[in-house]
Amino acid sequence: MKTIKLYFRFLAVHLKTAMAYKGSFILSCIGQLLITTNVFLGVKFLLDRFGSVGGYRLPELTLCYSVILLSCSLAECFGRGFDAFPRILSGAQFDRILVRPRGIIFQILCQDMKPSVISRAAQGVVMLVYGITAGAVHWTIGKALTLAAMVLCGSVLFFGLFLLYAALCFFTMEGLEVMNIFTDGAREYGKYPFGIYGKGVLWITTLIVPLALVQYWPLQYLLDRGPWQYGLLPMLSLLFLIPVCAFWKFGVAHYRSTGS
Amino acid sequence: MKKYFSFFRMRLIAGLQYRTAALAGLSTQLVWGCMEILLYRAFWRECPERFPMGQEALSSYIWLQQALLTVFALWYWEQDLITSVRDGTIAYELTRPVNLYGMWMARTMAMRLSRAALRCWPILLISVLIPSPYGLRIRIGLPAFLLFLISLGLMLAVVCGFVLAVYALSFHLVDTNGFRVLSVAAADLLGGGVVPLPFLPEPLRTIASVSPFGSMQNVPLRIFGGDLAGIDAIRAVELQAVWAVTLIGLGILLTRSGIRKAEIAGG
Repeated sequence: MKTIKLYFRFLAVHLKTAMAYKGSFILSCIGQLLITTNVFLGVKFLLDRFGSVGGYRLPELTLCYSVILLSCSLAECFGRGFDAFPRILSGAQFDRILVRPRGIIFQILCQDMKPSVISRAAQGVVMLVYGITAGAVHWTIGKALTLAAMVLCGSVLFFGLFLLYAALCFFTMEGLEVMNIFTDGAREYGKYPFGIYGKGVLWITTLIVPLALVQYWPLQYLLDRGPWQYGLLPMLSLLFLIPVCAFWKFGVAHYRSTGS
Repeated sequence: MKKYFSFFRMRLIAGLQYRTAALAGLSTQLVWGCMEILLYRAFWRECPERFPMGQEALSSYIWLQQALLTVFALWYWEQDLITSVRDGTIAYELTRPVNLYGMWMARTMAMRLSRAALRCWPILLISVLIPSPYGLRIRIGLPAFLLFLISLGLMLAVVCGFVLAVYALSFHLVDTNGFRVLSVAAADLLGGGVVPLPFLPEPLRTIASVSPFGSMQNVPLRIFGGDLAGIDAIRAVELQAVWAVTLIGLGILLTRSGIRKAEIAGG
């Protein structure tokens, strides 16, 4: 309970910091928004030209992209600290974190938050509402629950990816740009269901980095193209956290201070 | 001229030091290229007749785009140039017996070229090996190839001209952040980053192709693929030259008037 209270204290502090430079805060909000709006426009232009792709029309694709965008923004807002982790490590700040009487991950999360992704999350919500109401899906309670699970498990999954990025830093001491393939790349290419990229990509995103478990497979259930069991798959994606957490623990155990 | 060339060489050599970063970026760009190819393959299967350019031309476009990304990417600003105007370190630069704009130009060009020089070769090599129609195809005649080279050079001039005009703008504005955010988004949409220009709907396509952003990656990449050819290609290259001269002229003017009224404070 105390931890949660403390977390909100930190959240308030970060919001206050961001608000101290209002102009710059609004600008970074707009900047974030423009990038993802461009991505959506790209989808729209292609769909206007071709009508559909792989059997999906614009409302279905909007739903699909909104799930990815929303879960990524949520994870990014709270898991931003992992992004700054290379700096924490190279600045030897991690030593200080280790001696404090609070959880390690908790402290890293409190170091940095990114309130400006709220604009992106807002775009995700608008697109989600459009996708829900545009008539692509015949809604039932089961489907509504599945959609909620897609967004929630999706953000946990992205959170896990950020954690993996940070854990890798124990061994490389600097951020690995390669990880962008799975974080930024997932946000960028999650605009379409992973199935349209072909079998290879679908299997990789199902079995290795289970992004399709929160996007492609449950979407099949929502669109009545697959059995209801597909609606349970988002839960299965949470298993991804087990190896990631183990790897993180392994990294912490192997940590040697970077000195001074 | 010699001193600007030395600046250019100095920066080029400095840029070539970041090999690990280049290697990491390289793998990202290969994956990006593959995903783009797979994406457009899905649309090709949907309805090949509605494709505004050939599949091979599009594949060449995508691979060249990934290979040359660091030449034309507007989002890579040299922050220290902008801060030097803000915090007054620019005073040191002004005491040197060189033209500030010329020095900035040499520096920016070298930085962009050196980053691309490290990354482009492996991407080009791998993409040539990918089977047709998904790989980079060299089906270009000598005249078109020469036009491609000219257009490539003009692209660099347009991009650097634009970037330097924004740097020079920081003499006049307190904060160019907003301007930069907007121009990056506009360049992505109108320059052919989001989708290649032929895929844009009218009238956006026309607006894009006459805008300065349409004179960046759009022209050389499409000339190489053969999608932009003949008189259209020459027109496009002419427009590139016009934008290059305009933007560089604008940058020089902004720098001159900026230096004249610049106030250096502090000790």
